[in-house]
Amino acid sequence: MKTYTFTEKKDTRSGFGAGMAELGRSHPDVVALCADLVASLKLDTFIKENPDRFIQCGIAEANMIGVAAGLTLNGLIPFATTFANFGSSRVLDQIRQAVAYSNKNVKICVSHAGLTLGEDGATHQVLEDISMMKALPGMTVINPCDFNQTKAATIAIADYEGPVYLRFGRPVVPNFTPADQPFEIGKAILLNEGADVSIFATGHMVWQALEAGKLLAEQGVEAEIINIHTIKPLDKEAILASVSKTGCVVTAEEHQMNGGLGDSVAQVLALNHPAPLEMVAVNDSFGESGTPEQLMEKYGLTAASIVAKALAVIQRKK
Amino acid sequence: MILKNKRMETSELAKVASQVRRDIVRMVHGVASGHPGGSLGCTDLLVSLYFQAMNLKMDDQGSVVFDMSGSGEDLFFLSNGHISPVLYSVLARRGYFPVSELATFRKLNSRLQGHPATAEHLPGIRIASGSLGQGLSVAAGAAYGKKIRNDPHRVYCLMGDGEQQEGQIWEAAAFIPHRKLDNLIAIIDFNGQQIDGPTDVVLNNRDLGAKYEAFGWTVLHMDGNDLDDVASTLQAAQEAGGQGAPVCIIMKTEMGQGVDFMMHTHKWHGTAPNNEQLTAALAQLEETLGDY
Repeated sequence: MKTYTFTEKKDTRSGFGAGMAELGRSHPDVVALCADLVASLKLDTFIKENPDRFIQCGIAEANMIGVAAGLTLNGLIPFATTFANFGSSRVLDQIRQAVAYSNKNVKICVSHAGLTLGEDGATHQVLEDISMMKALPGMTVINPCDFNQTKAATIAIADYEGPVYLRFGRPVVPNFTPADQPFEIGKAILLNEGADVSIFATGHMVWQALEAGKLLAEQGVEAEIINIHTIKPLDKEAILASVSKTGCVVTAEEHQMNGGLGDSVAQVLALNHPAPLEMVAVNDSFGESGTPEQLMEKYGLTAASIVAKALAVIQRKK
Repeated sequence: MILKNKRMETSELAKVASQVRRDIVRMVHGVASGHPGGSLGCTDLLVSLYFQAMNLKMDDQGSVVFDMSGSGEDLFFLSNGHISPVLYSVLARRGYFPVSELATFRKLNSRLQGHPATAEHLPGIRIASGSLGQGLSVAAGAAYGKKIRNDPHRVYCLMGDGEQQEGQIWEAAAFIPHRKLDNLIAIIDFNGQQIDGPTDVVLNNRDLGAKYEAFGWTVLHMDGNDLDDVASTLQAAQEAGGQGAPVCIIMKTEMGQGVDFMMHTHKWHGTAPNNEQLTAALAQLEETLGDY
């Protein structure tokens, strides 16, 4: 098992803020919009350095999405930001008609996705956004794993023409991706080679997959671990290449089982290379208040869960 | 190259409007679906905008040129996308695409979708609309972009009065004056009708003018079926702009205007005429530019 280390834990939303700060200096067409959550989205530096390119929209997310769509006409690149729940389910129709169907170059960048939002509870813990966004034709859906990758993704999507949903979170997590690693939309990253089981993880669950890989190695199981930071378009070639070697799969995500990464991987497998699959995800349930650690433990989004599913899916190969 | 618009005199607009009304009833009849009522009511406005009031991008020969950015010209957004027949007819008659294409309205493989869309790349359309309440926000973004780019042109947005029941309208209504988007002119088609009946009965909007004024807009009123009043009010709206506040025009219209049996009822909001009704309607509308 390849060793991954980190010098500090940082939040992915701060990676977004750092990416926006850099875009503010390098991309004069980038405009930021926010719905009364500037501090939570870490936009302080961008706003301080580019006050004329920041649009405060107030608590009016539907209007913010429409304004963003209109801004694209002038060659501007709007980054519409809020919490993941308010940037997806609350404005699904606006995104569908004014952004996706109209093919506008809007970047919807959302923080506080998933259970790790913590104490605010289920009203804010969206676990259905990947499902909604990947169903929209033409929408790119990205869920990076740590600070460095979120920063790189933020910068990369500015140079990509088309609608993007970029999802990140609130808690500090190990920052292990190399700071200079380029971000390629739709290109999965092989973190560890192994022959016994493929683990496809996204977002905060990537680090848990690496922890699971260590635990599996202690039991003599070689796990192939792949970071699926882009859920749509999905890197089918990487998935099929890995499963051809390992013959079984575990997916891991901080999202509902219905409609998430696991569903997307299942579709690729069923259509191309049927193989046993187990999913680590929230099983048709809302979240609740608690600390991020308590919630991830209670809802089974842990390295231990990945290990258990890996051992189970390997048994199904036989 | 952008030339100054060759503006039509108001007296000439009536001929275009009559032809557009013929187009509307023929398009809707041709596919036995669509929304003639609001389209007929808003015909005079759209003809006035596209043939007189708006500065449009043109080539050396004076033909309109379409690009998605819309930089360096005035823009129009149709928020109540169901009255697409009037928009399609006016765009075609203005030269954005062949008039013959009106015959494809709502048919398979057409660029003229039931509700306006960009996916088929129809010149003149910059955003999809149909799900109500979204157009004013998009117009706000376009107006904001023009401010950022120092483009002095204006953005127009037409909405329905029934559409004012959508919550997003009021998010945009607050945003636009707060951000001082005084290059935006919103127009409400105040015909008092919606699918299920009179707007006052379905969900009373109360005093729309007072509401917009309270939100910080300069409010004007006009008779949307009087070409002289439309011309002078749009002129007044242009003059009122640029002073820090956006302008909202409450435009009184008659749904079905120009076809007597389609007027004074909500029945023709989304109903197509049969063969006899088409004949009766066309008898009331002079063919001026030639049917498609």
